[in-house]
Amino acid sequence: MKKKINNKKFIKKLVTHLVLIIFTIIAVYPVLQVITISLRPADRLLSTSLEIIPDNATLKSYIELFTNRPFLLWVANSAFVSLVVTLTGVVFASMAGYAFSRFNFIGKKLGLLSLLVTQMFPATMLLLPLYIMLIYLGLINSYLGIIIIYTATALPFCVWTMKGYYDTIPYSLEEAAKIDGCNQFQAFYKIILPLAAPALVITGLFSFMAAWSEYIVAAQVLQDTQLWTLPLGLKSFEANMTTEWGLYGAASFIVMIPVVILFLVLSRWLVSGLTLGSVKG
Amino acid sequence: MKRIYKNIFIAAFVAPTFLILFAVVFYPFLYNLVISFSNMNLRHIKDWQIIGFTQYVKVFTDPTEPNFYAIFLKTVIWTFVNVFFHVVIGVFLALLLNQQIKGKSIYRTLLILPWAIPQYIVALTWRGMFNYEYGSINLVITKYLSLPAVEWLKSPTEAFIACILTNVWLGFPFMMVVALGALQSIPHELYEAADIDGANWFYKLRNITIPLIKPVMIPAITLGIVWTFNNLNIIWLVSNGGEPSDQTHILISFVYKAAFNLYRYGYAAALSMIIFVILLFFSLFFMKKTRATESAY
Repeated sequence: MKKKINNKKFIKKLVTHLVLIIFTIIAVYPVLQVITISLRPADRLLSTSLEIIPDNATLKSYIELFTNRPFLLWVANSAFVSLVVTLTGVVFASMAGYAFSRFNFIGKKLGLLSLLVTQMFPATMLLLPLYIMLIYLGLINSYLGIIIIYTATALPFCVWTMKGYYDTIPYSLEEAAKIDGCNQFQAFYKIILPLAAPALVITGLFSFMAAWSEYIVAAQVLQDTQLWTLPLGLKSFEANMTTEWGLYGAASFIVMIPVVILFLVLSRWLVSGLTLGSVKG
Repeated sequence: MKRIYKNIFIAAFVAPTFLILFAVVFYPFLYNLVISFSNMNLRHIKDWQIIGFTQYVKVFTDPTEPNFYAIFLKTVIWTFVNVFFHVVIGVFLALLLNQQIKGKSIYRTLLILPWAIPQYIVALTWRGMFNYEYGSINLVITKYLSLPAVEWLKSPTEAFIACILTNVWLGFPFMMVVALGALQSIPHELYEAADIDGANWFYKLRNITIPLIKPVMIPAITLGIVWTFNNLNIIWLVSNGGEPSDQTHILISFVYKAAFNLYRYGYAAALSMIIFVILLFFSLFFMKKTRATESAY
């Protein structure tokens, strides 16, 4: 009898693993595909082989990328823009989320609702007015404009996430802190903020992603090639009649690395940070 | 005195966010509203004037090929199919990952990958994979399944399916992560009690799991619907701007084309307003129906 149950359990486990493995392969395959393309020698870019590591694999594309193309400049530009956006995004979202979570004030409901509504604006709808505004303000070909725009794309979601997370932290903690002589700001900064670390991580990640992988706005605003961010550089490999697939693959792979590492390192936090806030019934 | 301090505190904390949103979202929105009532296009870029509802009428009556209603229908299909599979696959994988199994964190980590990769890279890579002769999808179909190769990018239906496959791949990890978080918060005792009562797997899913993850899933689904409805990157890059012959457009990519390829600014602005109104009413209706924000206020 016991053996039968064990058998059943074993089969169930086996099926679970099998299904997970199939989905994992589907999830990982396109990533491997990028690596494959980047390693192909120039005369075999179009290949009917399904091998991951192609015949005569070569690092030529990578060498070309780093020596003959302004790739490092694009990396530096993207890194700068993304880090500034991450920093401002985290600071502003953690503050606004706190106010929405802890206080009642006029316009609170409207404010929260308008954050949600911002997600419904088609991005293309705002692009044209923004472009005209940036021309008037002289912010075309400057990072200031694009940093503000990127910060705004990630902010609404981040504020909601922060607010939801703060809601799960008991108010009594701040009251205790105030009795110990902290003022409101100190209670926020010293007690609540460290406790909200998972949500801060999500906020940072989202802000970073919004800037690191954005193409459409950047294409309109950054026209000077000296200012190009990574997505613009990558697209330029694809723009002409002949797509430089090898370079494209190599550059894509390098662009993916930091984001993938961030996701992998933070994946445990991701689960708690995204949902804890909304599970309070 | 204390009250004033409190108000200053709130204002200081909320102001930066809303200043930025005003500059980047709300003001351009009003500006767009004005443009939607104007005749602005490439010929009238400086000397445009207000012409009333003409552009809105054009959206609904212009005999463009395809017309507004066909594209709208396609957008609804696009959104529904995508979000349906995102949620079903996401919750299914989350259920599998929520058990005691070996290598759980490795699976979870690898399954999140599609979310981690910048969308434009995803789109262009999948476009390569859909290539008729060299794409790995056709190679798998012909070599291992012995089926005839599919002309993915040349015919409207197949190209649309290609876009959907790409976007389903892209979107399930988000739902999986959200569902996983929700599942972890369900107290174990509930399942134990159900086991004692002899409940089967399906009964537990229906009466414990689904009701308890619903409050978390509904806001995520609402966002998912809005994001998918407005997802320009995938359609635009996988189908290379609506190929073949503008048959793969959803509303948002049609707007993009009208504004930045055809320079019909007034028309594009009017169409964006219509998209916005559709989404706004849908979301309000959906959230009221499901009472998603009840806990949020």
